[in-house]
Amino acid sequence: MDFGLSSDQVLLHDTLVRLLEDVAPLERVRAYAENDDDGGAEIWQALSEIGVPGLLVDERHGGAGLGVLDAALVAQALGAHVTPAPFVASAVLAPLALRLAGSAEQQAAWLPRLVSGATTVGMALAEHTGAREDTGVTARDGRLVGRALFVQDIDADAFVVAARDRTLHLVPADAAGLTRASLVTIDRTRRWGELVFENTPAEPLAQGDAASTLAALVDHGRVMTAADTLGAAQHMLEAAVAYAGQREQFGRVIASFQAVKHLCAEMAAALEPCHALVWYAAHALDAVPGEAHLYACHAKAHLAEVGTQVAKTATEVHGGMGFTDLLGLHYWFKRIGLNRQTFGSPERAREDAARAQGFA
Amino acid sequence: MDLSFGPRYEAFRHELREFIAAHLEQAPRVTESRVLNPRDPQLLAWQRLLVEHGYAGRTIPREYGGYGAAPDMLEARIIAEEFATAGVSPGISGQGIMMLIPTLLEFGTEEQRRRFIAPTLRGELVWCQGYSEPNAGSDLASLKTRAVLDGDEWVINGQKIWTSTAHLADWMFCLVRTEPAAPKHKGISFLLLPMTSPGLEVRPLKTMTGDASFNEVFFTDVRIPADSMVAGRGDGWRVANSLLGHERGMLGNPNVTLARFNALVELLKRETVDGRPLLEQAALRERLLRIQGRMLALRANDLRVLSARLNGSNAALAAMIVKLEGTELRHELERLAIDALGELGVLYRGSPHLREDGLWQQHYMYFLGLIIGGGTSQIQKNIIAERGLGMPREPGLK
Ligand SMILES: Cc1cc2nc3c(=O)[nH]c(=O)nc-3n(C[C@H](O)[C@H](O)[C@H](O)COP(=O)(O)OP(=O)(O)OC[C@H]3O[C@@H](n4cnc5c(N)ncnc54)[C@H](O)[C@@H]3O)c2cc1C
Repeated sequence: MDFGLSSDQVLLHDTLVRLLEDVAPLERVRAYAENDDDGGAEIWQALSEIGVPGLLVDERHGGAGLGVLDAALVAQALGAHVTPAPFVASAVLAPLALRLAGSAEQQAAWLPRLVSGATTVGMALAEHTGAREDTGVTARDGRLVGRALFVQDIDADAFVVAARDRTLHLVPADAAGLTRASLVTIDRTRRWGELVFENTPAEPLAQGDAASTLAALVDHGRVMTAADTLGAAQHMLEAAVAYAGQREQFGRVIASFQAVKHLCAEMAAALEPCHALVWYAAHALDAVPGEAHLYACHAKAHLAEVGTQVAKTATEVHGGMGFTDLLGLHYWFKRIGLNRQTFGSPERAREDAARAQGFA
Repeated sequence: MDLSFGPRYEAFRHELREFIAAHLEQAPRVTESRVLNPRDPQLLAWQRLLVEHGYAGRTIPREYGGYGAAPDMLEARIIAEEFATAGVSPGISGQGIMMLIPTLLEFGTEEQRRRFIAPTLRGELVWCQGYSEPNAGSDLASLKTRAVLDGDEWVINGQKIWTSTAHLADWMFCLVRTEPAAPKHKGISFLLLPMTSPGLEVRPLKTMTGDASFNEVFFTDVRIPADSMVAGRGDGWRVANSLLGHERGMLGNPNVTLARFNALVELLKRETVDGRPLLEQAALRERLLRIQGRMLALRANDLRVLSARLNGSNAALAAMIVKLEGTELRHELERLAIDALGELGVLYRGSPHLREDGLWQQHYMYFLGLIIGGGTSQIQKNIIAERGLGMPREPGLK
């Protein structure tokens, strides 16, 4: 019994941090953000070489068979480096969808390709955490009709689509009758988009209870998003403290001004417990089923709030420099801002938590 | 990471549930104002029962009157959860139990431990904490109350202030200056003394809650035996700092917050406005859930801190934020109850239609006191910035 990271988990996180510093430094992220044709392929390739896409896939299908907490540490590291990588959808949610709802043949067909990193799968789930503009997809006789907005990883090779009746479907990106369009979000480090289905053939993921699989996907998505925000916010706090320690005004470093110190302390006080919250929420998805949903909602909502506070405050501590494109701090600000809205806004996630407890 | 509440823990939880159910008649509820009175006979009887069954003082060694169990964070969590869920008091949590006992276990002599720990744990010895002085609040190390050795006695002169429960206490642990020539932090010692000592005078101070819960304490040639010191001469600051860690953990304790959260949910279910339960109001629910999110983060943080303490790893920053975050959260929680009650929320003791003895108002104000006491929120931020984040000290501070 213990509540903390194992030495293997610390090693996993540290390995990833070193790799990302090497393959995806800020200049690389900037290049990706500024060029729509840049798929960031070599970044995903590097992550694939150390087994990131297969982290959660069982060993039978060539994966590492690790747990959700390990995945959360990866998400945290990616958030900390604002890394463009299709991790959440391809390495967490798609394997989960296949595990819970895929047939043995579907698992055998898809999992090895996911594990190698050769195939990526985007997620069209957003209609179930807040449909806008009357979007939604209807499934009938192996075909899909309708529109899905806020599709995660729109550049992917295939998509998992949640239809209105909550059934899940796998659709290759080149399927007949499928049109995709990119959205221009403030966060340019990941790509979101829109799918239009016109009688598009799709492969149902039909095993098990569709509604509970979809709920599990949303819960996992929320915890991964929370972990990504945690990493991004932790980076911003550290950047603010470092900057304050070196920037001088009025003849002294600004870190010696109590107003600046208190801004940093407030960020740390809010953010530090978030590590444990994310650990607990991630671990609960594997090991404490009775609490998993509640913690997933709260991890997502709480990290959205704390992330927003840190993003604003850390930018302020940097003064005018924080506002520039040159410094690049805005990539973290925007990543946190996007994370706040996806998989359900904090208000939505809290209302889900209220319902789960019979409060609403 | 291993939180498997395996069969052993399920059995433990089951046993505890049965214990609470069997003793529900005797158990003080968290919504009763008696839980704030350390001399309340029902609370004292409850405390003795809890100690006997190992639900209070669980890890305190048997030879000092505890239950002698090995520290186990899941057991601790289960105990906290079950008491909170049942809405019953988890026992007494005054300065004696929460602060002095851990200090004696760490720094006390065998004789001091044997003499003080058991009766303190049973609630028979009530303690107060004599640290703050009129001119030494946030800057505690500038304290001036003096103790001078005269033969085999310390002779104490000076004044303490804001001393909670001094009017009820049997004993005081206090900080005094014994080495006036030494630098500020090195000249302080930690003493234990009976409140019945001749020359000691307690003057209650009424607080904003209407209670006289803290006091001024005056020392005029108060004499106590030389062996009343914990640790050595000039070690008082070190002892106090270790103890402050316990105090700050206690003041922000998220498990106590959980019990109040559950009480708040019940309140929102039970109370109505325009004939409808308050919980049906989306705006109140949103505030409730925000509080719950922060509380769950602090509870997970608590597990992390506890676990790190048990296996010797480092979670210093996680421990450092507990007082600040915990007391601010608690104040906000109590405030939500008042807002939800609306006009009923501003009724106070003695009024018709008052809810729960006025405890929501009382806690709301009292927790503002605890945001100030034990090191103010601003001081906590200084500590977090300087010790937690490594930022420089304010230049020119003495
Ligand atoms: C309900 C309650 C119970 C208490 N119980 C006890 C007790 O049992 N025993 C005991 O010994 N004491 C007790 N205290 C006293 C408590 O520890 C002090 O009130 C507290 O440490 C603050 O000291 P002060 O009141 O002198 O305020 P001051 O130190 O004068 O502070 C006033 C304001 O100035 C700010 N400030 C001061 N220094 C700094 C700085 N360096 N940087 C930024 N801001 C600063 C403070 O944050 C505060 O806002 C209690 C207080 C309360 C409210």
